[in-house]
Amino acid sequence: MLKIENLHANVGDKEILKGISLTVNAGEVHAIMGPNGSGKSTLAQVIAGHPGYEVTSGSVIYEGADLLALQPEERAQHGIFLAFQYPVEIPGVTNAYFLRSAYNEIRKARGEEEVDPMDFLDLMEQKIKLVEMDEAMLHRSVNAGFSGGEKKRNEILQMAVLAPKLAILDETDSGLDIDALRIVAHGVNQLKRPDNATIVVTHYQRLLNYIVPDFVHVLAAGRIVKSGGKELALELEAKGYDWITEAA
Amino acid sequence: MSTYADAFAAGPNAAWLPELRKSAFDRFTALGFPTTRNEDWHFTSVTKIAERVFKPVKAGKNTLSTHDVEQLAGGESDWHRLVFVNGKFEKSLSNFAELPAEVTVATLQETLKESPEFVAERLGKLASFDAHPFTALNTAFAQDGVVIHVPRGVVVDAPLQIVHICDEKAAGASVHPRLLVVAEALSQFTIVENYVAVGTPSYFVNAVAEVEVGNGAIVNHYKVQRESTEAFHVGTVQVTQGKDSVYHSFSFATGAALSRTNVYTRMLGEGAEAKLNGLYLMDGTQHADHQTFVEHIAPNCASRELYKGILDGTSHGVFNGKVYVDPQAQKTDGKQTNHALLLSEGSRVDTKPQLEIFADDVKCTHGATVGKLDQVGLFYMKSRGINAESARALLTYAFAAEVLETIELDALRVQLEAHVFEHFVRQSQE
Ligand SMILES: Nc1ncnc2c1ncn2[C@@H]1O[C@H](COP(=O)(O)OP(=O)(O)OP(=O)(O)O)[C@@H](O)[C@H]1O
Ligand SMILES: [Mg+2]
Repeated sequence: MLKIENLHANVGDKEILKGISLTVNAGEVHAIMGPNGSGKSTLAQVIAGHPGYEVTSGSVIYEGADLLALQPEERAQHGIFLAFQYPVEIPGVTNAYFLRSAYNEIRKARGEEEVDPMDFLDLMEQKIKLVEMDEAMLHRSVNAGFSGGEKKRNEILQMAVLAPKLAILDETDSGLDIDALRIVAHGVNQLKRPDNATIVVTHYQRLLNYIVPDFVHVLAAGRIVKSGGKELALELEAKGYDWITEAA
Repeated sequence: MSTYADAFAAGPNAAWLPELRKSAFDRFTALGFPTTRNEDWHFTSVTKIAERVFKPVKAGKNTLSTHDVEQLAGGESDWHRLVFVNGKFEKSLSNFAELPAEVTVATLQETLKESPEFVAERLGKLASFDAHPFTALNTAFAQDGVVIHVPRGVVVDAPLQIVHICDEKAAGASVHPRLLVVAEALSQFTIVENYVAVGTPSYFVNAVAEVEVGNGAIVNHYKVQRESTEAFHVGTVQVTQGKDSVYHSFSFATGAALSRTNVYTRMLGEGAEAKLNGLYLMDGTQHADHQTFVEHIAPNCASRELYKGILDGTSHGVFNGKVYVDPQAQKTDGKQTNHALLLSEGSRVDTKPQLEIFADDVKCTHGATVGKLDQVGLFYMKSRGINAESARALLTYAFAAEVLETIELDALRVQLEAHVFEHFVRQSQE
């Protein structure tokens, strides 16, 4: 589904990703861990198409095509979804309107009929239950004045509505209380299908108790320095990163 | 200038209030049109108005229907409506018979006939023309207008709409509409003024309104300026506010090649509240200048101002917010906010807050921003599959929505929201 090879990316003159290779197949869950500032969010943003990062070499092939040639909105229309580490506030645009626009534009891009506001409301009411969010949130401006946890749940709501093929969750668990963590993890698991894949960026092994990864990767200083199975997360939790980053 | 003297001498209204009109004309002659050396006009050159000779409109037969008026100005069926076409009152297009019996609404011409002393006692008393050449010009040349008198304690539910339409017959001409509003103590009502055009004639509208808001009265005053993009529009509203009164002004502007909108309020009674808001959308080579002046004369008054502008093409916006706090006006609570959104490289905004505070126990703040669309927000929307054009349109609409929300008259808010939405969102989806 996704094949990243020797990816290098800069912000300005500063190289942040220094040769990342990663393959994600349909049906898999990958966890990416690593110290602060190692480049995890950068990798996620580069996949989503953030214009602030310049890819200097390497390739990203998604479903057999060059992902880097696509605009961010085209990537989303092809099924890529990034749950932001810092979800963005959009005052003046309601959640409901925002989601419906996104949903319909994705449908339009795929040659499908747009849905009318009433039908869409039904869909949202169903999905909002999944993340146990208050329906009133649908009529508030996107993320504006939301608490940290509410913003994270809102990301999962968007993901549930847009039903992506490849979801990247960038620290969606940070700032969540235990209940919220369970709800978010449950939401992610509910959306899991054999033909989609998830990349979870996290600092905490406890999330991985709920969303069980097939692979765990450690990113340090812009490179993947170690990959393993789910036990690697437990090892990291016990020993920290030094033993890997020093060896690497 | 001499052409104005000829026009003045030949004026059709030479008979009414001759002293007032004469002194106004003399004052205009002495002041002349303002230049950019005048600090109130620093960012706005009116050369294009000054160098042309706008004659009074020639009388012509109206060809517009009520349906046309509704298309041009909007409004609901229960609104009381007065319509002027090219400055002339059109009785057949107007309908305000359902007003409460205590309320007097009439044209200026008619009021001058019926109760000349009412006009003589009030006209020109609030809107001084000493330092305002355009107000002097209006006072000298006004041919007609509206007089509204709402007695003590009377609440008028449906808004009073005053529609000024210009069409091709106004090309090359000037219109000087006048509005006189007396809201007695504890009265409440809403005025909607529409300035619209059929086609794109080039004309000059120079409007003056005087609004006296009595103790405890509430007046909502909406102005929708959608003149022809070839036209010139100068509008001044001078308000005085009594004790515990509320004056709410909203100014919406998308029209005219060059416009200047002045909203001035003088808070004379303790506990008064003024809310002055506005939104302007400019494109092409349009120029819109807004000036507010809030005079806090009495203590314990509050003023709130929020103006927003969205500029595209090589358009130019100006916002000049003046606040004066008198030595007696302790506990003044004033807040002024002005935000502009530049959609193009060539557009420009000049903002000048001017605070003169002579009391010590006051809270007065002002804030201004000029910016482009939030790139982070744009990326966030695109990352959800929303096309670049739609994302830009949606963020632009959202910028405007914050100030449109302050419109308390639902039908008008919905109308303007739809207008702005059409403008930015629909056009991007085509
Ligand atoms: N726009 C930017 N300008 C300058 N430096 C940046 C920018 N974006 C990222 N960086 C730098 O790139 C490095 C990687 O940042 P990134 O956000 O990818 O780290 P991360 O692994 O997600 O960290 P965390 O665990 O704290 O979220 C950091 O040193 C960061 O300061
Ligand atoms: Mg990060």
